Amino acid sequence: MKHLLSTRDLSRVDAVRILDLAEDMADVATRAVPKLPTLRGKTVANLFFEDSTRTRLSFEAAAKRLSAEVITFSAKGSSVSKGESLKDTAQTIAAMGVDAVVLRHPASGAAATLAGSGWIDAAVVNAGDGTHEHPTQGLLDAYSIRKRLHGAGSRGRDLDGVRVTIVGDIVHSRVARSNVWLLSTLGAEVSLVAPATLLPGSIERWPVTAGHDLDAAIAARPDALMMLRVQAERMTSGFFPNEREYAREWGLSAERFARLGADTMVLHPGPMNRGLEISSAAADSARSVVLEQVTNGVSIRMAVLYLVLSGNDGTDA
Amino acid sequence: MAVRTVLQQADIQRALTRISHEILESNRGSDDLVLLGIPTRGVMLAERIAGIIGSLEQRDIPVGALDVTMYRDDLDRHPTRTPSPTRVPGAGIDGRTVVLVDDVLYSGRTIRAALDAIGDLGRPRAVRLAVLVDRGHRELPIRADFVGKNLPSAAAERVNVRLAEIDGDDSVAIEGAAVSDTAAAGDGGAA
Amino acid sequence: MTQHLLITAATLPDGTRADLRVQDGAIVETGSGLSADGGRVIDADGLQALPGLVDLHTHLREPGFEQSETVLTGTRAAAAGGFTVVHAMANTLPVQDTAGVVEQVASLGAQHGYATVRPVGAVTVGLGGERLSEIGAMAASRAAVRVFSDDGKCVSDALLMRRALEYVKTFDGVVAQHAQEPRLTEGAQMNEGALSSELGLAGWPAVAEESIIARDVLLAQHVGARLHICHVSTAGSVDIVRWAKARGIDVTAEVTPHHLLLTEQLAATYDPHYKVNPPLRREEDVLALRAALADGTIDIVATDHAPHPVEAKECAWPEAAVGMVGLESALAVVQEAMVETGLLDWSGVARVLSTTPARIGRVTGYDAPLAVGSPANITLVDAAARSDFDVARLHGMSVNSPFLGRSLPGRVMAVVHDGRPTVLDGALLEPAEVTTA
Repeated sequence: MKHLLSTRDLSRVDAVRILDLAEDMADVATRAVPKLPTLRGKTVANLFFEDSTRTRLSFEAAAKRLSAEVITFSAKGSSVSKGESLKDTAQTIAAMGVDAVVLRHPASGAAATLAGSGWIDAAVVNAGDGTHEHPTQGLLDAYSIRKRLHGAGSRGRDLDGVRVTIVGDIVHSRVARSNVWLLSTLGAEVSLVAPATLLPGSIERWPVTAGHDLDAAIAARPDALMMLRVQAERMTSGFFPNEREYAREWGLSAERFARLGADTMVLHPGPMNRGLEISSAAADSARSVVLEQVTNGVSIRMAVLYLVLSGNDGTDA
Repeated sequence: MAVRTVLQQADIQRALTRISHEILESNRGSDDLVLLGIPTRGVMLAERIAGIIGSLEQRDIPVGALDVTMYRDDLDRHPTRTPSPTRVPGAGIDGRTVVLVDDVLYSGRTIRAALDAIGDLGRPRAVRLAVLVDRGHRELPIRADFVGKNLPSAAAERVNVRLAEIDGDDSVAIEGAAVSDTAAAGDGGAA
Repeated sequence: MTQHLLITAATLPDGTRADLRVQDGAIVETGSGLSADGGRVIDADGLQALPGLVDLHTHLREPGFEQSETVLTGTRAAAAGGFTVVHAMANTLPVQDTAGVVEQVASLGAQHGYATVRPVGAVTVGLGGERLSEIGAMAASRAAVRVFSDDGKCVSDALLMRRALEYVKTFDGVVAQHAQEPRLTEGAQMNEGALSSELGLAGWPAVAEESIIARDVLLAQHVGARLHICHVSTAGSVDIVRWAKARGIDVTAEVTPHHLLLTEQLAATYDPHYKVNPPLRREEDVLALRAALADGTIDIVATDHAPHPVEAKECAWPEAAVGMVGLESALAVVQEAMVETGLLDWSGVARVLSTTPARIGRVTGYDAPLAVGSPANITLVDAAARSDFDVARLHGMSVNSPFLGRSLPGRVMAVVHDGRPTVLDGALLEPAEVTTA
């Protein structure tokens, strides 16, 4: 695998392979020395044109557990905030000798542009591009769901027939996109719940069912319920009247949570707006996978970094 | 292409029996013994040796699998390897005698990687190495403690180990001029 | 300066063959076996003759954005593409909203000699969308502006648009509307639809174009004014224009070459060379636009030639500038999309790329193309040629063409502008050979 730009390009075999590899990576964390020498001598650059402390730390932890060197380049206080272009920043970083670039960028397609540009040779891992994709988040969500369902017997399994409902701001969510493509590739039945203003147009072309009624979705007893974060900028731009109405219609309140099937797990990509899209009762319950998602994120990112930095198969042979 | 079978099923069985006796002798019994096979065929050999020792000693011998993929130093030289799971027996390896088991000993790089991997898993009292075939051409100061068969070979040749568990039958053969460079330079069973 | 030219054995738009003799800037004789009379002979055997092409929608960028294009480089690109007239859009810096600026642009064009430059006047001061600019002064100036447009921005205020239509009528001008409802297209990046949803690029919905066109044809009807719609891009817009024409509303419409050939699917590459405004649309829109151009619902092809420096396209899609250069590729793309498909013959090409745009822009001398007595504006095309469109074909300052690497038919072999060659033997002449200064 030369780059990881989207989950859309992953076949089921590829996806299961990454999840299985993440299982091995997770095992490492339980050892006396929770670190592997695998990427010794490799340098990973975290290029964050947009703040995301969680994702950046997760990639940093993953790279370090594989013994890679890590260079971090964040928006605040760097030339990025002074208007330096993606091309110049990437070439500057590349000139320092990096093997992989982990790119977070506010522009959809930025990772694809960088990977296809010829500006740098390094592998590109998309750590979130605009409202397009966030593939490692999709992978860690799929991993978390599989792990909850199958535990130690997860290896080699897909998500055939698993029913996942994603709730919230689908149209602006790179997390939703990466999950929709990946989960459906893995065989899951994905349904989306949102007000019509936050559902993409032409949703009939997506491999999902879509609706507006969270209560009906809960009554259908999905295996997993994924609550998306409501971004602050959506609250003032007329996609819904106000936070109170959003929470009432599409928030996982304590009362709704109580009606949730006993074996329905609750996911959230974080950071959470408690009281808006998710209640503390749900977030802190035993059915919440939120903290496992964070843990699993490191394992997934280890697997991805290993795959893009090893081997001479694929296009760079 | 010339294929020369050097060990038949009975030869392999005899070699493993002899190795089992040698392990018991050098370890002065089977106390604190742990066998770790290196995937894929090393794991099967470890299980067979554990079976022989177990029946001699009338006790279960702990067997595990030690994947060394993530410890290799040749990441860029081969297609991406997908690791196999590492399984460490419940009681761990601290203070025990670990016998690494692999099918073919060649450059020694796999064993180097395995020693690093063991170091991250715990601190054994001693680590020994058992291999079915030692074909020479070492690139590191590593030697096996227990060898089924010393098999001098040319670098261009390929030693092909087959085991009934996955290959349907037991045999060790030397194949002539290498089929491909990647296959000849590899690890494990195709070393 | 007197120049004698004899073009021999050219195929005229109606399919007949003729020699054309040019003297003192005009076509003085047509027929066969004409004498060169000591002038230069251009052998046009096997070449298609067209009246010089007229672009109603060109961004020359001067003054203000000379890193992208100048009047000289832009008119060189025009000549290379077979054009003899370009209408220079108003979004310069300073904006072409006064007589002084439009006269300067027009005179630069006249001085360089590659093509006649007809400045487009801004409808509103500084393209601000608030107050009418000095339309009368621009119309009365030496630039004789007849086309007014805030192109790049929509005149979205309904009352202001009404006033503009009425006021421009006073001077026999036309308002060329960039139909884009601004609120519906905030942050828009590409056609809104299934693909934009997948790519996570903010959508530019067809309704944002169609709603403005619908409003404006009704306004034009109400005040009895002439209206021109820039770069129509959707099947729905075609329906509205067709409906308006059927009601006798005095509306004309243009389509760009790229909207006749390219679809939104190219956005999936995230290559900003395909980012343009209005955006590339669906296959069904492309087919509707072709059909509308063939049946006259859409009157003309206009390039919307929009040069940008390399760095404006070497970035992520949402950060990239919108627009494509189009002068050098326009005729080839029209041949590919319309002639090769059998939708248009060469007289149709002459109509949509020369006579009709000249009529809309009130450019004189194009009403009787290639006829004796007409100004000698002639383009000769090797229609049988086909090659990969490469950067050597671009003669402007910018190379942001979406057609690079694409196989396209036709090749402009010679261009005569007001009796003087600008292109000979397929090669653009040097400025010193063309200038009138």
